[in-house]
Amino acid sequence: MTRASWNRLAWIMALTLLALPFVFPFLWMVSAGFKSVTEIFGAPNLIPRVWRYENFAEVFTYQPFARQYFNSLYIAGVVTILTLLISSLAGYALARIRFVGAGLIMLLLVTALMMPDEVTIIPNFFFIRWLGLVDTHWPLILLPVFGAQGVVATFLMRQYFLSLPKELEEAAKMDGLSRFGIWWKIAIPMSRPALAAVAIITFLNSWNLFLEPLIFLSSLEKFTLPLALSNFNDSYGLPLWNLQLAATTLAVIPVLIIYLIAQRQIVESFALSGVKG
Amino acid sequence: MTNSLSHRSGAQARAPWLTLQRRDAIEGWLFVSPTLLGFLIFFLGPLIAIFIYAMSDWNFLSGEATFVGLANFEDALLANPDFWLVLRNSAVFALGLVPLNVALALFLAVALSRPFRGVIVFRTIFFAPVITSAIAWAIVWKFLLQGEGGPINQMLAMIGITGPNWLREPNWAMAAVIVTRVIKMVGLNMILYIAALQAIPRDYDEAAGLEGASRWQIFRLITWPLLGPTTLVIVILTTIGSFKVFDHIYQMTGGGPENGTLVLAFYIYQQGFQFFDIGYASALAIIMFVIVTILTLIQVSLRRKDDA
Repeated sequence: MTRASWNRLAWIMALTLLALPFVFPFLWMVSAGFKSVTEIFGAPNLIPRVWRYENFAEVFTYQPFARQYFNSLYIAGVVTILTLLISSLAGYALARIRFVGAGLIMLLLVTALMMPDEVTIIPNFFFIRWLGLVDTHWPLILLPVFGAQGVVATFLMRQYFLSLPKELEEAAKMDGLSRFGIWWKIAIPMSRPALAAVAIITFLNSWNLFLEPLIFLSSLEKFTLPLALSNFNDSYGLPLWNLQLAATTLAVIPVLIIYLIAQRQIVESFALSGVKG
Repeated sequence: MTNSLSHRSGAQARAPWLTLQRRDAIEGWLFVSPTLLGFLIFFLGPLIAIFIYAMSDWNFLSGEATFVGLANFEDALLANPDFWLVLRNSAVFALGLVPLNVALALFLAVALSRPFRGVIVFRTIFFAPVITSAIAWAIVWKFLLQGEGGPINQMLAMIGITGPNWLREPNWAMAAVIVTRVIKMVGLNMILYIAALQAIPRDYDEAAGLEGASRWQIFRLITWPLLGPTTLVIVILTTIGSFKVFDHIYQMTGGGPENGTLVLAFYIYQQGFQFFDIGYASALAIIMFVIVTILTLIQVSLRRKDDA
């Protein structure tokens, strides 16, 4: 072998070694999800000696897991659609319409751009309680749509609209299309990449949201997945490892499969939001 | 449209009220109004509220609130030893996480920015934890890192090493939380670096290569300086991210052992929603607001300079 190919082999070996702590947790999660409680703490083996499929059935009897799964799905769906609508409207105005106060609005929104939810969560809790919406899904929808995440989406949309050529919109204006019509019929169809990026990031953020469910939800059948996962404990508060890992497998694997299919699109969305947001 | 036309035809006598400028203003404010309204209700309002809460002694359980001025801040800064421990922990967490994350991200990006067979597989693997829920990630690592019978310690035992009880000893727990967090998030910085590397024209490297520069020299003298602006942004974003860490701590250590991993975001949650000390928790939230605002301002001004 030439020096160059030795070199390449060394790089591949180094990368493979580095990849272990990234892959290993997923493999072990799936494996432990199929093990009995005794085997889980036995000698470490990746392939279970006895495949205990019952874990996956018990996940659904221990908690209303199917219901919790559905909660996560529909909440993430609603949050995504609302965020797309609202952020593309505001983003369009801030990119294309010259109006008094636009600069001030941008300045205000920047303050929320990176702010952790913990900063405002206490007053928001009292406000939601005053509205009588504790232990409902409303705060899980309202806070992310109008919080830092929505602001990131607005800036992302604005940036994208700025990069579009104006000619088409001006022609549509000549033809007598209203501003709303231009936004909906011209600008929105041209912004698929930005809309896709916002949709992917917003959906994942809602899917993985934890602080808000933890603070606002108390009934099991209203839990979302992350909260449900952290709740697989016995009466002493100790984790029921095999059930917890089986449930975690059920929550994580579908997302990973979608990620493997749409890998390029998903990675690009994060690159876009990281650079622009 | 018809509306504005009728306005225009009736405007012979006096100037029309609905000028183009006015119309733009109305439409602009209309378009941003959902975002703006939500921002005022769920962000700006609460932000003002924590300044008022922070000046009261308000225990949620007793329900009594009394005005105490700056006592909560005095409490935090002078009297409460926990506060300094929390700030120290947050600093240790950031100082451990940021360099490790940025260095590893840069290494991976350099290795994976050019095409070779299998490059996509590696990129996919290193990015996968980023899209995984922090709770799920923490559950699995908590399982792997158990003291007795945990898979990692069992494997260490096979090569004759007695692993510590990772999550039950303060220093090991902090190290474990930092490292598992880096593994979870490094993929994000990796793709930002890859994007920056791919934007560097190849001629630079090639010219330097023809001049006889080694690959390390090319990296140190050409690539690294060109990555400067990207590195600054990444460092600040990662630092802000390190102050946001909550789910990970909640699930892996619960702030323990002996408050060894108690960081600011978790401390706010604990004081507000477990001990119901609303005044003190709000004072802590203000401190977090100040830290993140300073970092955001630095980031925004850097980007301005970058654009100019």
